[in-house]
Amino acid sequence: MTKIIHCTVNGQETEVAIDIRESLADMLRQRLHLTSVKKGCEVGECGACTVLVDGEAIDSCIYLADWADGKHILTVEGLRGPNGELSPIQQAFIEEAAVQCGFCTPGIIMSAVEIVGSGKQYTRDEIRKLISGHLCRCTGYQNILNAVERAVNEAYQFLQQGEP
Amino acid sequence: MYDIEKIYDAVSLDDAIRARVEDPEAVIIAGGSDVLIKIREGKLAGCRLIGIRAIKELEGISMDGDGCIHIRPLTTFSHITFHPLIREHLPVLGYAVDQVGGPQIRNIGTIGGNVCNGVTSADSASTLFAYNAVLELTGPDGKRTLPIAEFYTGPGHVGLGPAELLTDIMIAKKDYDGFGGHYIKYAQRNAMDIATLGCSAICRLNASKNTIEDLRLAFGVAGPIPMRCHKAEEAARGQLISPQLLEQIALTAESEVNPRTSWRASREFRLQLVRELSQRACKQAIIHAGGADL
Repeated sequence: MTKIIHCTVNGQETEVAIDIRESLADMLRQRLHLTSVKKGCEVGECGACTVLVDGEAIDSCIYLADWADGKHILTVEGLRGPNGELSPIQQAFIEEAAVQCGFCTPGIIMSAVEIVGSGKQYTRDEIRKLISGHLCRCTGYQNILNAVERAVNEAYQFLQQGEP
Repeated sequence: MYDIEKIYDAVSLDDAIRARVEDPEAVIIAGGSDVLIKIREGKLAGCRLIGIRAIKELEGISMDGDGCIHIRPLTTFSHITFHPLIREHLPVLGYAVDQVGGPQIRNIGTIGGNVCNGVTSADSASTLFAYNAVLELTGPDGKRTLPIAEFYTGPGHVGLGPAELLTDIMIAKKDYDGFGGHYIKYAQRNAMDIATLGCSAICRLNASKNTIEDLRLAFGVAGPIPMRCHKAEEAARGQLISPQLLEQIALTAESEVNPRTSWRASREFRLQLVRELSQRACKQAIIHAGGADL
């Protein structure tokens, strides 16, 4: 049940042959080797497989690869700067020691990309709700919240200053 | 890889109905956040699917000339919550569907799927009951409409005829205009959970904001299907707002519901939740309708 689909993955137009029964997480990991996309629960509960589809965070384990046809997909690999540097969101996770085993990190970073991209400022409780679709078994979430809050505030200040 | 025998992607509503007529056993898939999980669990393993995501006419929110709000079934929860028409006219519904699962689920889950699953715990259901939502169903013989209370026929069962699809969710102006309301989801945790009990209250007050003109009180998980508490509503109509009235609403509601004991909670606990949440939801609904904080 092979099908050819076309989508933009991390800014690159991509043609990929998929099986219509496979999830987007399968396609990204096994066909495009984007292994930042983690498979945890595979029922849309843990958030480890979170990617952005047309700017919206979704669980790629419960999203059929076929549905990505014509869409823009963003994974952590797509956040890399031109010289391989980390994005400010990734840097915030390092500064705040928000990574332990790291399995949940790529998913949370992708949710953070959606949150930061809104250009709004959020209270701690709002951020808590916005990342509630992720499970982390190591950190106790505090440093993750600190990191997302830092990234949100940095982006907000940047926008307020109106710098290029 | 999902255990799916076949997927047919319908290109239009007529095409989807035709596909259903040809294969009545095929399962309709919209956002997929319930169907794919049932396939993964094995409950729907080996099924044939009819995909309806590409049918653009089944997506979006609009208001017609009579002020009736139309929510098309493929609209995702997050798009409902942030839509200007919902924020202005149906804020309780926007808030209720913002309690579903987590953010990523709300970006894919659709209100039509939530309703058509027929489960009592659906976060959209009690508020749609409160707003007297009317559903438009389209099948091979054309369109018909059905009040949402008649659509739910039993746990997991809805009044969709053979080859019929839910094509519109309509809320008339008289059912939202001037109302204020509130939804409370009680669950074991604040996200990624299914409601132990859901309570939606909307009310309209008199001009001096001290008397309830109309109250609609609806519950999820207080019975096998979502339900309204009509006796409690009747008890509130035309009454002066007071803590005693809230208590009377709560006790009347308790006498109308029929929750069961499940692994999530006992019947007794759910009855307590009905009493407590109906008071809290009504109290907040009164504030949102312009009344004073009791």
